[in-house]
Amino acid sequence: MASDFYGDFVRTGLGKKVVSSVGLPSPVRLRRYSPTAPLIEGTVLVAGHGDAPLAAHIASMLKSLHLEVVDEAPVSGSLSAVIADLSTIEHPEDLESLRAIVAPTLKSLRSNARVVIIGRPPEAATSPAQRAALRALEGITRSIGKELRRGGTANLVLVAEGDDTNVDATVRYLLSGRSAYVSGQVIVVGEGSPVEPGDWARPLAGKVAVVTGAARGIGAAIAEVLARDGATVVAVDIPAAGDALAKVANAIGGTALQLDVTAPDAGQRIVDHANTRHGGLDIAVHNAGITRDKLLANTDETRWRSVLDVNLMSILRMNEAILGPGGLRDGGHLVLVASIAGIAGNRGQSNYAASKAGVVGLTQALGSDPELRRRGITVNAVAPGFIETEMTAKIPLGTREVGRRLNSLQQGGLPVDVAETIAWFSQDANAGVSGNVVRVCGQSLLGA
Amino acid sequence: MATTPRRAAILGGNRIPFARQNGAYAKASNQDLLTATLDGLAARFGLAGTHLDEVVAGAVLKHSRDFNLTRESVLGSALSPTTPAYDIQQACGTGLEAAILVTNKIALGQVDSGIAGGVDSSSDAPIALNEDFRQTLLAANRAKTTGQKAKALTRFRPQQLLPSIPQNTEPRTGLSMGEHMAITAATWGITREAQDELAAASHQNLAAAYDRGFMDDLLTPYLGLTRDANLRADSTVEKLAKLKPVFGRGEGATMTAGNSTPLTDGASAVLLSSEEWASEHGLPPLAYFVDGQTAAVDYVSGEEGLLMAPAYAVPRLLARQGLSLQDFDYYEIHEAFAATVLVTLKAWEDAEFCKSRLGLDAPLGSIDRSKLNVNGSSLAAGHPFAATGGRIVASLAKMLHEKGTGSRGLISICAAGGQGVVAILEGA
Ligand SMILES: NC(=O)c1ccc[n+]([C@@H]2O[C@H](COP(=O)([O-])OP(=O)(O)OC[C@H]3O[C@@H](n4cnc5c(N)ncnc54)[C@H](O)[C@@H]3O)[C@@H](O)[C@H]2O)c1
Repeated sequence: MASDFYGDFVRTGLGKKVVSSVGLPSPVRLRRYSPTAPLIEGTVLVAGHGDAPLAAHIASMLKSLHLEVVDEAPVSGSLSAVIADLSTIEHPEDLESLRAIVAPTLKSLRSNARVVIIGRPPEAATSPAQRAALRALEGITRSIGKELRRGGTANLVLVAEGDDTNVDATVRYLLSGRSAYVSGQVIVVGEGSPVEPGDWARPLAGKVAVVTGAARGIGAAIAEVLARDGATVVAVDIPAAGDALAKVANAIGGTALQLDVTAPDAGQRIVDHANTRHGGLDIAVHNAGITRDKLLANTDETRWRSVLDVNLMSILRMNEAILGPGGLRDGGHLVLVASIAGIAGNRGQSNYAASKAGVVGLTQALGSDPELRRRGITVNAVAPGFIETEMTAKIPLGTREVGRRLNSLQQGGLPVDVAETIAWFSQDANAGVSGNVVRVCGQSLLGA
Repeated sequence: MATTPRRAAILGGNRIPFARQNGAYAKASNQDLLTATLDGLAARFGLAGTHLDEVVAGAVLKHSRDFNLTRESVLGSALSPTTPAYDIQQACGTGLEAAILVTNKIALGQVDSGIAGGVDSSSDAPIALNEDFRQTLLAANRAKTTGQKAKALTRFRPQQLLPSIPQNTEPRTGLSMGEHMAITAATWGITREAQDELAAASHQNLAAAYDRGFMDDLLTPYLGLTRDANLRADSTVEKLAKLKPVFGRGEGATMTAGNSTPLTDGASAVLLSSEEWASEHGLPPLAYFVDGQTAAVDYVSGEEGLLMAPAYAVPRLLARQGLSLQDFDYYEIHEAFAATVLVTLKAWEDAEFCKSRLGLDAPLGSIDRSKLNVNGSSLAAGHPFAATGGRIVASLAKMLHEKGTGSRGLISICAAGGQGVVAILEGA
């Protein structure tokens, strides 16, 4: 992993002085998830517009977790999170409620604070004015994300009418350190039949997961986090990466399956392995990916094809077995790994951007596929921004430093940040979230 | 404990790519190589933290400090530290003999699961003190007074600093294995062309096995090596014909570096268990270990060739199992030298040899050569002595599994000291 010289430097005494005197960005160490720590420390304000049904539901859930929940900003003392339920707004006039709830709290938020705005999907609005108001929530959330400092994040959750109780796993995720590097995102919660885990410290207990590209980088972190959350993990990577793969598998008590995801029978071999060794498959994460960067003007067919084949077409082929009969169990979870390059585009990455934008399209198609919805299978994607791995360590220093800082959190993310979002997508408690693409990018300016 | 013998299943295997001497593994010890191999096996079969009833392995070239090589490797691996282990040594037969030992214990109900393996490094070979120097030091050590010690040490001579490096020669004949083989090859009239053909086929078959992904679940890369370093995918009879002979003399010198195995470093391991253990762990058997046999010949007097023992072991095994030499789908005859394989096959076809030496009424006959070493053998892969048995057992088990239930394979391995270890596997 490329070391973050700047990030480490500014956390030193001298560094802090230099940074504050010349106005350079000052990244904080982000609060990351631990199964043994409380979801969030400190006081959480939960309020809303009108009768705010979701605020009531969320407040009682958080109280049952023994969190300190208030419905009004305290006169003195700081807040660690603000949850504002705007689900009943009908007109842009009503947005004043949001301002009134959030604005007074911003100056006294603790570091690594959370702002969670709750709304309804604008498409379901019953009037143009309501749709305008609901759509405005996104703009406000993104602006708050950019206004927050010291590791604070702001995200918007759109809950479909009638599915209010499906929001719990998402609220937990957003308050916790799992979402440390996630800001400015819109998460849509819809229908589904969430199943609460017996133990929230091991939400994937008893599940079997397969992770491709697991020998290193983000894939290795995904394997570790899924195992930490209780899953039995099948770690897949190319045979040439077998020694690193074996270390990952042994460290988490999983199994190593050496195969190239572009092999025609890759999907079937994964399914067979999971079925014979572990009795089934509950979670599949398509993480394997490559870059072959060149300006489009200089990209030959081989570079074009290899990136599309590994990053996109192999997923289509493997899904035939994984989503077919005898593959992923009903109620299972499929997670894809896109990239902000697939959303923003990147000079010299036409092939990569094509593949990753394709992954977004595929996620949307599968996420709303009626047959998969009927089977209770969720399909979601993460779109990582700048994550500190061997892939990004190859970027020249100058460009790398820019990539690392051009986001609201002013630092690169860690592989574990991507993994935590994937682990959340993989929870049965999260059955109402499907077809979502969540960026794990610290609210990068690219493609925003 | 089981009262009738149980079937011992072969669940799979792992090896690291074999390196050429002083190549990629130049600085790795036997323990490093074996530990990495056990870790790869543990990862493939999800055995991290798992207790196995026994791990049996060994090395031919072994440092005295490695008296507990296998147990130390287990302790350094991902396997549970409660897994017992012991070392064995039967020259190049070590790996297959280890499999016989573990499967016998499974059959008897003494263990339910185990690993058989082997490792050898020709690069990190033990170098002993010069024998004179060693005697000098021992004498000094035995001396009681400082004066006596000093006196004993005066026997030291600078030439005693020359170390004693282990050599691939038979202690009782002073001949290298290649020189022995050259004599046998000449006796049996094995041609240079036939040897080169066999060598080229070995390389081509192993290269094809890699290309179609056959090795994907048999191998785990190590220290940057992802394929056997000795493998020459573009090997042809024409290219091999250009090499100068290295063993034998004059007209009869047919053995070259191309049709003899080079010194190599590597390790292999095979996971074995009872059928119950296999199904409890969700690991489908690839094959069953049916039976094994050893034999030895009197090569010292020159009555028989050094590497001819498998020719004697196989008919005994066939007789016990009521099988003929033709009852097999695959034959794995270890290619110590191309000539070893060819002499063995020729001997089984020879009525006189079969009658006078093996005591058979009729020759064993010939085999379908298209069933021989179909995924390459030691000429291509290399031959880290004790690791060859595990390499063959794992890949043959996989081949038999692909072939189907009841398919049969024969393994034949020659070993130093005029010995041979052979075995029969059956597809599950
Ligand atoms: N690092 C980032 O900043 C970043 C940003 C956006 C998206 N991503 C995506 O995240 C994923 C992981 O990236 P990373 O940074 O960990 O990369 P990485 O290069 O460190 O790891 C990728 C892994 O995938 C494996 N792989 C490649 N081709 C394969 C194939 N054909 N079959 C099986 N395995 C194969 C590689 O061997 C490697 O172990 C990729 O899909 C990548 O596009 C990464």
